[in-house]
Amino acid sequence: MTPQLAIFFVLAALAVLGALSLIMQRHPIHSALSLIVVMISLAGLYLLMGAEFVAAVQIIVYGGAIMVLFVFVIMLLNAGVEERTNVSKLAGIAGIPLAVALLGFLAVVIARSNAGADAGWQSGALANTKEISMMLFREFVYPFELTSFLILVAILGAIVLAQREKN
Amino acid sequence: MSAFLNAYATIIIDLIKIALLLFIVLTVNAYLTWFERKVVAHMQSRWGPHRVGPHGLLQPLADGAKFLLKEDPTPAGVDKFTYFLAPLLALALALTSIAIIPFGPEPLHLFGRDIALGITNLNIGILALFAITALSVYGVVLAGWSSNSKYPLLGGLRSSAQMVSYELALTMSVVGVLLLAGSFNLRDIIGAQAHHPELGIFGWNVWPQILGFFCFFVAAVAETNRVPFDLPEAESELVAGFHTEYASFKFAMFFIAEYTSMITVSCLCAIMFFGGWLSPFPASWTFTHYLPSVILIPFGLWVIWDGIRYETIFGRIILPGVGTAITAIGAVLIVFPAVNEFIQGPFWLLAKIFVFLFVYVWMRGTLPRLRYDQLMDFGWKLLLPVSIANVVITAFVILLRGVK
Repeated sequence: MTPQLAIFFVLAALAVLGALSLIMQRHPIHSALSLIVVMISLAGLYLLMGAEFVAAVQIIVYGGAIMVLFVFVIMLLNAGVEERTNVSKLAGIAGIPLAVALLGFLAVVIARSNAGADAGWQSGALANTKEISMMLFREFVYPFELTSFLILVAILGAIVLAQREKN
Repeated sequence: MSAFLNAYATIIIDLIKIALLLFIVLTVNAYLTWFERKVVAHMQSRWGPHRVGPHGLLQPLADGAKFLLKEDPTPAGVDKFTYFLAPLLALALALTSIAIIPFGPEPLHLFGRDIALGITNLNIGILALFAITALSVYGVVLAGWSSNSKYPLLGGLRSSAQMVSYELALTMSVVGVLLLAGSFNLRDIIGAQAHHPELGIFGWNVWPQILGFFCFFVAAVAETNRVPFDLPEAESELVAGFHTEYASFKFAMFFIAEYTSMITVSCLCAIMFFGGWLSPFPASWTFTHYLPSVILIPFGLWVIWDGIRYETIFGRIILPGVGTAITAIGAVLIVFPAVNEFIQGPFWLLAKIFVFLFVYVWMRGTLPRLRYDQLMDFGWKLLLPVSIANVVITAFVILLRGVK
C-alpha cells in the first residue's frame, strides 16, 4: 500500500464517520462539529489529489465561514438537544429504496471510470490557480456569472427580509 | 546507525526544526507577556512586574509555574468533550500557522546539508494560513458555548460574528499583494519586493498597497481578538468572556494561542507589506550590514552597566551575564563576516516583527474598546468596501502597466 493510499483511506474513513456522526448526534452543535470534520477530510482528499487551491478554499469557505455561521445560529437560538419524532412513513418507504438506488448508481459510475481515476491522481490539473481561473472565466464563464447572479439575488433577498423586520 | 540517520535525515531535521521553533515561539510568548506588561505599565506611569528576578525578568517563569500548579476545576454541566477540545484546538491551530512562515532567504549549510529557515514552503502559503485562521475561530466559539455559562456564551457569540465579518476584509486586503507578486507563496511575495534592490525601503509593497496594509492590519487585530477589538473577552462587561470558566493550564493554552497568533500576524505584516527579510537600505550600502553589531554591542554594554548598579545581588549576577552574552554575539558578528551575512535576512525580519508586536502593545495601552455596533459598522461599511476598492485599483494599475 502506497502512503497516498493509506492517507486516502484514513481521510475517507474520517469523512464517512463524520457524516454518520452528523446524523446520529442528538445535539445540533455536535452535528455541526461532525460536519466540520467531514469538510476538513474532504479538503485533505483534495490536497492528496494535488488540488492545493481547492483544498484551501474548501477549508476557508466551508470549514470556516459557512460552518461558523451555522454554529453562530445554533448558539444564538440556544438550540438544545433535539427531540426524536416518529419517523414519517413516507421516508421509511421511499427513503431506503432511493438510498440503495443512489448508492448503486454511484457505484456503477465509479466502477466504470476506474481507468480515468489513475490518470487524474496527482495529475495536478487543478493545482494551478491560474488554470482554474482560466477555466472559470473562459470556458465556464456563463454558468459562473449565472451563479454569481443567483448569489446576488439571494443577498438582496436577505437584505429585504431583514429590512422588513426592522419596520 | 549512520545508514539509518542518512535514510531518515530529512525527517529528523524537520522534527528538530519543529521542536526548536516550538521552543523559540513559546519562549517568545512568555517574554511577550513580560514585554506587554512592562510597556503598558510605563505608558501608565507604573513599574510593571519588577519583583521576580531583575526587572521582573523571571516573572514569565513564575506565571508558567502558577498556571501548571493551580487547581483546575471543571464547572458543572459543561459539555465535556467540547470543553476540553476548545483550548486544544485554539493552541494547536495557532502553533501550526507559524510552520508556514519562512524566516530567512538562504538555507543554513550544516553537516553537508542545506537546512531551510522555516518548516514548510507551501505553494498556497498565504491561503493555507487563512485556512488555519478560519478554523481557529472554533477554539473561541466552542469554549464559549461548552462552558454552560452566560458570559462565555456571549463572548463566543461576539467572537463568531466578529471573525466572520473581519475575515472577509482580511482576505480581500491581501489580494492586492497577491496580484503584485503573482503567487500565494510567501517566499515569492518577498521576492517580488526585491525587484529593485537599489530602492531599498521604497521597493516594498507597503507603498503601492498602503490601503491594503491598513485594512489588513486592522482586520488582523480583530481576528486575534486584541484591543480595540477584544469584545469576546471584554472584562468590564463579560468577566473574562469566552475563557471565564477555564482555569489553570487550559486558560494558559488560550493565552498562548492569542500571543502566538499575534506573532503570526506580525510575521505576515512584515512579509507581505514590509519586504520580509529585505533590508530597508539600498543594496549598495554594504556598511549597513554591521547594523546588528552596532545595535547589539551598545545594548549589551548598557545591560552590563545597568546590572552592576542593580539593587539585588541576584540581579548584579544575572544582568551583567546577559549583557556579556549580548555583547559577545555582537562581537562574533564582526569577527565572522560569513555569519554576519547569513543573519542579515533573519535580523531584518525579526526587527520588523518586533516593531509590529510593539504596535500591538502600544494599541493596547492607548485605544479604548469599540462598541459592538461600531465594530460591525466599521467592518462591513468601511473596511470591506475599502479593501475591495483597493483590489479594483490595483488590478487596473497592473492592467495599464501591462501584464507580465
